[in-house]
Amino acid sequence: MKLPPVEYEAPTTTAEAVDLLAEYVDEASVLAGGQSLIPLLALRLARPAVLIDINGIDELSGVSAADGWVRIGAMTREYMAEESEVVADSVPLLAAALPFIGHEAIRTRGTIGGSLAHADPAAELPAVARALDAEFVVRGPSGERVIPAEEWFEGYLTTSRRPDELLVEVRFPAATKGTGVSFQEVARRHGDFAIVGLAVSLVLSGGVISDARLAFAGVSYVPVRAAAAEELLAGQRPSAELFDEAARLATGDIDPPADLHGTSEYRKTVAAAIVRRGLRAAADNARERQ
Amino acid sequence: MADITLKVNGTTREGSPEARKTLADFLRDDLDLTGTHVGCEHGVCGACTVIVDGRPVRSCLMLAVQAAGSEVTTIEGLATDGGLGTLQQAMWDSHSFQCGFCTPGFVMQATAFLAVHPDAGEQQIREALSGNICRCTGYQSIIDGVLLAAERSRER
Repeated sequence: MKLPPVEYEAPTTTAEAVDLLAEYVDEASVLAGGQSLIPLLALRLARPAVLIDINGIDELSGVSAADGWVRIGAMTREYMAEESEVVADSVPLLAAALPFIGHEAIRTRGTIGGSLAHADPAAELPAVARALDAEFVVRGPSGERVIPAEEWFEGYLTTSRRPDELLVEVRFPAATKGTGVSFQEVARRHGDFAIVGLAVSLVLSGGVISDARLAFAGVSYVPVRAAAAEELLAGQRPSAELFDEAARLATGDIDPPADLHGTSEYRKTVAAAIVRRGLRAAADNARERQ
Repeated sequence: MADITLKVNGTTREGSPEARKTLADFLRDDLDLTGTHVGCEHGVCGACTVIVDGRPVRSCLMLAVQAAGSEVTTIEGLATDGGLGTLQQAMWDSHSFQCGFCTPGFVMQATAFLAVHPDAGEQQIREALSGNICRCTGYQSIIDGVLLAAERSRER
């Protein structure tokens, strides 16, 4: 379908974009890469009066590392993050997840900030942000505030960004020594949304897991951390028995949605399988990276 | 309406599309470049893939006004001197297509991919083309054509 008529603004600075958002508030949709928003417009699932296109704001794009954090500008394209050495070295979990997003042509336009602001619970980046406790920097009329990932995802396609705020940057903690990661996803076809996805990050010190982070995509209306499994894993040595128990704990209290791609029970079974698979892969990766 | 100037297949073109007009519709309706096919119109089928500033893009998921100042290559830009390019010839030789509707999207996606990965093997090619849908061929002949093109390009 063709897009409905819509007003169009194309600011070239963040300040201008924030002013426009303050003027239009919830009449406006922010257009980043457009790989989700344009279909929503075509299908009339979103009917903004105004599009505020932030593609012309150069200052919103780029990757930099300082003080143990990697800062990624909201308009940084997914392919740019995929090609970034800083991301590969310091946020390996993000690097592992990026190739699962859509297809090559989608990642040409799609952006890190756009995907995280869209907050599809079956998407890859929300699970990564939740697993790593990323931070979201938003700017509004009264200045900037920083929102932790735990508070960012409020519901299906809903974040704690207020309508007059613009997501300008996402910060990921740089991986410490001994970190191993894995991104697991089961989908009908490569590039489709995950039936279930899992972001895993482990830190091994002296053969013992000192930190374990697991976040699911596609099991709820927001990305979900597997807290009970994380607690079990901390302080233990990797083993098949341990990972079996972690899979049991991680899927014990999830209640995934059912749809034409799979029942709730099926999703739970897949979730348990990818916890075992993800933990094995992350432990192997941690040993390789040491 | 916004006045835009862009390069399409090496030629400077101008237009005044409405903001809501996609690049796909602008190419087809305003520039008469109907080789770019519009299938699903929401970014799933890959038929409308064109190359923008060196990378594959779904032209139904990009507004025409966003292409201002860009270099766009469409299927019409591939044929050299009226003949088929290496990829087109290899796909012809491999019987890569039947009805032809998905053809421009596959060819543009494969063109963008081979430019960066001339030594790609079958698995990488399958991955690169995974976002394009074909309802006729079962894909095997398409993969064969792209592999043949990669092989011929290396022999040169």
